[in-house]
Amino acid sequence: MAMAADEIVVLIRSGIPDADVEITDLAGDGDHYAARVVSESFRGVSRVRQHQRVYEALGGRMGGVLHALQLTTAVPPTE
Amino acid sequence: MTEDTQARIAETVNAHEVLLFMKGSPLFPQCGFSSRAIAILEHLGVEYGSVDVLQDQGIRQGIKQFSDWPTIPQLYVKGEFVGGSDIMMEMYESGELAELMQKAGVTAKAA
Repeated sequence: MAMAADEIVVLIRSGIPDADVEITDLAGDGDHYAARVVSESFRGVSRVRQHQRVYEALGGRMGGVLHALQLTTAVPPTE
Repeated sequence: MTEDTQARIAETVNAHEVLLFMKGSPLFPQCGFSSRAIAILEHLGVEYGSVDVLQDQGIRQGIKQFSDWPTIPQLYVKGEFVGGSDIMMEMYESGELAELMQKAGVTAKAA
C-alpha cells in the first residue's frame, strides 16, 4: 500500500496548519518518503513531542499505510 | 492482558541502561530503520540490550501504546524514551546522543 505525497502534506497541514512541509520520494515508488516539517508551533517543544504531533496529524497511518517515512522536524530560523 | 504487557514492557525497560526495541536482532536486523539504530549504538560503543518485537506480538503492539509512538525501532536510556531512528540519527550527528549517554552514565562496551 502506498500514499501520494500530496496526501501526506494535506494531512500534516490539517493537524499543524502553519507547517512548512517538504516531501521527498526516496525510492520513487510512492512508498518510501522523507518529510521535513517546519513549524513555529514546535518552538520549545521536545523532539519526541514534535514528531508525535506529526504522527497525530497523520491519524494512525504511520506504521500502517505509511511504513517508511523518515521524519525531520524543526522550528523556522529566527530572522 | 494489555495491562500485563505494559507492566512487562516497563519492567524490561527499567532493567536495561540502554534498550532498543527493534525488528530482528543486532546481528540480523529485519528492517532498515532498526539496522540504522543498531549502527548508531555500535558507533557510540555503549552496552545495550535489545528486544525483537517480531518474536512477540503483544510487545510489538504494546510498545506503541507504552511510548505513544507508532513505529519501531524505539530507544530507551535509563527508562526514558529517547526516540525512533530519525531522532537517533539527528541526535547522533549533532553529538547530543553521545552527550545524553555520557550524562546518563551509560556503561561503555568492553573492547
